[in-house]
Amino acid sequence: MSNKILEIKGLKAEVDGKAILKGLDLAVEAGEVHAIMGPNGSGKSTLTHVLAGREGYVVSGGKVLYKGADLLELETEERAREGVFLAFQYPVEIPGVNNVYLLKAALNAQRKHRGEAELDAIEFLSLVRDKMKLMQMDESFLNRAVNEGFSGGEKKRNEILQMSVLQPTLALLDETDSGLDIDALKIVANGINSLRREDRAIVLVTHYQRLLDYIEPDFVHVLSNGRIVKSGDKSLANELEARGYDWLAEEAVSA
Amino acid sequence: MASTQKELQRVVDRKYEHGFVTDIESDTLPPGLDENVIRAISARKDEPEYLLEWRLKAYRHWLTMTEPHWAHSNYPPIDYSAISYFSAPKSPDDAPKSLDEVDPKLLETYEKLGIPLHERARLAGVAVDAVFDSVSVATTFKKKLSEAGVIFCPFSEAARDYPELVQQYLGSVVPYTDNFYAALNSAVFTDGSFVFIPKGTRCPMELSTYFRINAANTGQFERTLIIAEEGSEVSYLEGCTAPMRDENQLHAAVVELVALDNARIKYSTVQNWYPGDAEGRGGIYNFVTKRGDCRGNNSRISWTQVETGSAITWKYPSCILRGDNSVGEFYSVAVTNNLQQADTGTKMIHIGRNTRSTIVSKGISAGRGQNAYRGLVKILPGAEGARNYTQCDSLLMGDACGAHTFPYVEVGNPSAIVEHEATTSRIGEDQLYYCRQRGLSEEDAVNMIVNGFCKDVFKELPMEFAVEAQNLLGVTLEGAVG
Ligand SMILES: Nc1ncnc2c1ncn2[C@@H]1O[C@H](COP(=O)(O)OP(=O)(O)OP(=O)(O)O)[C@@H](O)[C@H]1O
Ligand SMILES: [Mg+2]
Repeated sequence: MSNKILEIKGLKAEVDGKAILKGLDLAVEAGEVHAIMGPNGSGKSTLTHVLAGREGYVVSGGKVLYKGADLLELETEERAREGVFLAFQYPVEIPGVNNVYLLKAALNAQRKHRGEAELDAIEFLSLVRDKMKLMQMDESFLNRAVNEGFSGGEKKRNEILQMSVLQPTLALLDETDSGLDIDALKIVANGINSLRREDRAIVLVTHYQRLLDYIEPDFVHVLSNGRIVKSGDKSLANELEARGYDWLAEEAVSA
Repeated sequence: MASTQKELQRVVDRKYEHGFVTDIESDTLPPGLDENVIRAISARKDEPEYLLEWRLKAYRHWLTMTEPHWAHSNYPPIDYSAISYFSAPKSPDDAPKSLDEVDPKLLETYEKLGIPLHERARLAGVAVDAVFDSVSVATTFKKKLSEAGVIFCPFSEAARDYPELVQQYLGSVVPYTDNFYAALNSAVFTDGSFVFIPKGTRCPMELSTYFRINAANTGQFERTLIIAEEGSEVSYLEGCTAPMRDENQLHAAVVELVALDNARIKYSTVQNWYPGDAEGRGGIYNFVTKRGDCRGNNSRISWTQVETGSAITWKYPSCILRGDNSVGEFYSVAVTNNLQQADTGTKMIHIGRNTRSTIVSKGISAGRGQNAYRGLVKILPGAEGARNYTQCDSLLMGDACGAHTFPYVEVGNPSAIVEHEATTSRIGEDQLYYCRQRGLSEEDAVNMIVNGFCKDVFKELPMEFAVEAQNLLGVTLEGAVG
């Protein structure tokens, strides 16, 4: 039996009439960590939004299977409840809504979907406190409005906190390392590493090989102009760090 | 994006759920207004002479006034001669003595509204003075209240049984000369509630009235008077919802509150009158004068309102801070959708020394709704050490609606401190996406954001009312955790 969590074939997508993904293939198995790198504007975030089901991202070709079933026919929230989690490149601020309240509502929506009992306030608080220790976040963040006034690094930590509470099957982490100082990078990387599991797949979008020193990926892919143009193991990241992306384009032309 | 906007709209567009007409025979005066109509109203209510005289004076004054049009609203002219000024449900025995005697049709109406009157009353320990059309038809818990010395009765009863109190206080906060609608109300008011809390008494239960509008083409003119004597305390809840119909219905209520030394009055409203259909047809015109007089030192009056209904709302619950150290508070959520127009706010008039006022106004606009906050903070020269804090926030859904803020500040004493904060935000597609990506439905996400926006006001409402208010906005309680 295949252990595939995600299988993308010939995916094409456009935003506002502009083609961005142009026939993308990717397969991710349970237990794996895949890193996606690539130049600015190549379509990395677009890929994560298409997978998460953001409105306005129109799939014009190809297919996406998630745990063997068609992902694209599910609503955004259905995908989330089925275990697809996106750590946003730019986490959204929601004034007036407590961080802890969103998190509890999210967890309970997902538990309800799975037919599990909803957690009450006390059960939830003890769960979330443990996770906050892992992320070395102060409890005061619970009662602040979602991402409002959080520093860039705090927002990224908060995303991983949410991931650790929601325990997704497929985690898409879009530049979770950017904007983090050195200590925070270690904390976030530790958090993510602790969330590696045999039945979970993680797709990391990153620009820096640095993150991959902490979170060792099984595969590294280069996304360029809407396609995966090269895949390899961790050494590819080192090569990219040294050589940049231009050589890939040349390689693609000469091939 | 485009479709999210539509989704948003769908969530706020849920049909008015309380639209139906109760089939009760109404005893209605023919449309039109003159002194004979006023005499007829007064006679039917079996009123003492003094009240008739007062009505007639108000009427004569009203004739000299013109309709105000300074509010941020648009509506066709109202034909005051096409309105019927009296309508009472017919019962074999005029007024029932207990709930068992209440017309079952009426009780059914309350059921449909989700207000099982007797259950609710018993469970919540709330005394209910239900106003159906213009005559009060059900009063409960009278005994418990009277043991505490509290008077809580229909206004018409108070006019007969407590003439000294009524004569002393009626019009002492809102004189009939105050404004066009207050004058009209004074001339033709049909009923309402009267509350008197004697010295040193804490009212043993929260008082509640359900205002209803029913008979076609009947203006509804309620008159409420609440008096809290020295050191007393009362919380009064007013909630209402009306049947769906096609004509505009004028509602011009007057509420007067008087707080003597060290007294506290908390007045909470959830207003859900028929707002008109998506094209703006029908719907209630709600032109209300609500004012509280902190007459005594250290007295406190709080207005909390959740306004979701009516085609046009024109409402400024105000506080006159006369006593030294008195406190006035105004907490408001006003929602406008479709073509609804709300022009609401408050006036805080600081007269006494060290008087304090707090204003928290939350306006939510959706569809083509227009929401205006209009507030006056006036510090008189003698109001040494007066303080005001005003916070005025607007939340927009979609881009066809509007929010407007008109804060007026007049400071006549240099020691006063007046602070004003205002924000405008929009429920963004990105916020909804973020919430949905975490597993919330779009509807829950909207509710959560709206509820978060309103929580500073909801937390001021008495518990059971807060629940009702949240249901009204379709939101689930926030703050259960943390
Ligand atoms: N709404 C939109 N309308 C038009 N173009 C868009 C829209 N959204 C994204 N794009 C374009 O799609 C391309 C891919 O954007 P995307 O955010 O996926 O890039 P990325 O690979 O994540 O880049 P970065 O490394 O800078 O985060 C960019 O050229 C971007 O300008
Ligand atoms: Mg990106």
